[in-house]
Amino acid sequence: MSSTSEIREQSVAANVNSVNVNTRPAASWSLRTRQALAVMRLEIKKNFLSRRAFLLYLIAGLPLVLLSLLALFPPPTDELGTFGEMSMVYAAIYGGLILRTLIFFGCAWVFMNLFRGEVVDRSLHYYFLAPVRREVLVVGKYLSGLLATIVLFSITTVGSMFIYYFWLFPSESARFFFDGAGTSQMLAYLGVTILACIGYGAVFLLVGLFFRNPIIPAGLLYGWEWINFLLPPFLKKISVIHYLHSLVPVPMSEGPFAVLVEPTPAWISVPSLLLFTGVVLFLASRHIRRMEISYAGD
Amino acid sequence: MTPTITTSTTTESSTTPASPQTATAATLPAASLTSEKMIVFQDVSKFYGEILGVNRVNLQIAPGITSLVGPNGSGKTTLMNLMCGLLKPTSGRVSVLGTSPDEPEAMFQKLGYCSQFDSFPRGATAREFIEFYLRVHGYTKRETAELTDAALERVSLTDAADRKVSAFSKGMRQRVRLAQSIAHNPSVLVLDEPLNGLDPMARAETIRLFRQLADAGMYLVISSHILHEVDMMSDSVVLIHNGYVVAEGEVRGVRDEIEEHPIQILIRCDRPQTLAARLFEHEHTVEARIHDDRQGLFVKTRRPDDFYLLLNRVITEQNLQIESVAPADDDLNAVYQYLITSDGGQA
Repeated sequence: MSSTSEIREQSVAANVNSVNVNTRPAASWSLRTRQALAVMRLEIKKNFLSRRAFLLYLIAGLPLVLLSLLALFPPPTDELGTFGEMSMVYAAIYGGLILRTLIFFGCAWVFMNLFRGEVVDRSLHYYFLAPVRREVLVVGKYLSGLLATIVLFSITTVGSMFIYYFWLFPSESARFFFDGAGTSQMLAYLGVTILACIGYGAVFLLVGLFFRNPIIPAGLLYGWEWINFLLPPFLKKISVIHYLHSLVPVPMSEGPFAVLVEPTPAWISVPSLLLFTGVVLFLASRHIRRMEISYAGD
Repeated sequence: MTPTITTSTTTESSTTPASPQTATAATLPAASLTSEKMIVFQDVSKFYGEILGVNRVNLQIAPGITSLVGPNGSGKTTLMNLMCGLLKPTSGRVSVLGTSPDEPEAMFQKLGYCSQFDSFPRGATAREFIEFYLRVHGYTKRETAELTDAALERVSLTDAADRKVSAFSKGMRQRVRLAQSIAHNPSVLVLDEPLNGLDPMARAETIRLFRQLADAGMYLVISSHILHEVDMMSDSVVLIHNGYVVAEGEVRGVRDEIEEHPIQILIRCDRPQTLAARLFEHEHTVEARIHDDRQGLFVKTRRPDDFYLLLNRVITEQNLQIESVAPADDDLNAVYQYLITSDGGQA
């Protein structure tokens, strides 16, 4: 017995010296970038091709379908108004439907599921068991969500504008886009869409991390964003929509009860949103570093 | 030779902290290794709110196959998850070959974990599944392809590499997860019930693979509740009960306990009373009890081999109609009960 033990002991000692042969290069920024890109690649596939993506396509496609129906079955000419009024009507469609509702819920769906969805699918441990800093994971996942929402809602923004203008007033629209303010308006809307995805994405990434059932906080946030026009100036600033609202190319009337404040200039709005996003990603990373996996409770 | 198994029993409630564990490293190799070359649990406790996961665990795990054994809910998976950083200890410290689970970049180059969660990305093939996560490690495309092929070959899944995992049997999915956990050639492999769902042939192959990995100097920490598998493959065992390590040491110690532990066998037959009377003539029959439906007999014996010879003789002599003969408690729970109770579990 003892001789067997000795042999085994020697064998183990020899083998212990031979383990740890898995010498990967020390963690560097290039390695972390490669890891973040790998996470993004995997997540983009999920965002565009998984079952969950179906709802995102429905949300993003809704205005295109509605405006196509409007183009196919236009209202009587006297109700249609003039081409000059179309910018105002589109601003209302964009602000009320696309920005405040569809981009809001689209981002909620994508970003809340970045981590919550993995917990529900019991697959988060695969990431947590890889030699990746969890901060890299947060960044990779966030950027993948951003890419998916920006691509889809940019298509929604540009597509809805084209459908709305061209199908009803093709010749005026051609002049509007090629010789008038159409292109700059479209780019401005596109910019607002991108910033909305960045801002709402950050908010919902955090909500998905901190709430097991994020539907209720998402509903409360939706209400908060909608009553923004009623809020006093200080509280208005604690919202995403306030900063986006000041960037839309055609200002929208907020009704007779709105508390009027000076719009925040773009040079403050854009950095504020980006700074807010940075802070949220920092908080999310801190939370993820301490996160435990206990699927049984979910 | 040092005692091969040490036990520390406790009757503490599972929801209250107990006195410190006294278990120490019992295996000879462990004693000669530094903590840089060991998996170390130092006074580790984990509570889920007020519920105890594991309490004041002190362990030093050396290379080779170490089996964590215990009934469901005993704390095996908690211990494994603590080792991998999926859970954070409420108190105490875990280190794997000198690295803390809080340092994932260093830790998971050394460690692979095959969990029991049967989840895969939708629509992924076995190859894609392994490649996905190797790319997350930071390997290049070429390295990833080579490591994936090697891992699939190790678990005999090369032919099925490009089939969708969702179409695999449970055993094949288990092997895919195993391949994923060993693909990056870790030094430490943590396997949560890795033999579940495998057919006997795959089970034997997998045990052989574990043995090869252990012989190459790897640390394998395996949870299992199938006693003979633990016996066959392990170098040492850690017995866990209600969150406490009740015994640890070389597998031989447990084997001895098993041999001393009377085995209960259920014989379904037409005349259990007759059978009981004859079996009691055998000196190693400890107990015979007639089944509630009076169509069977529970027999406890210390010498199952002799018992089966005797049974054959009695059946022939008495012309008994036998429906089935099966071990009634040949599982770990029975041995646990034996080890953790005061009359059976003395050191």
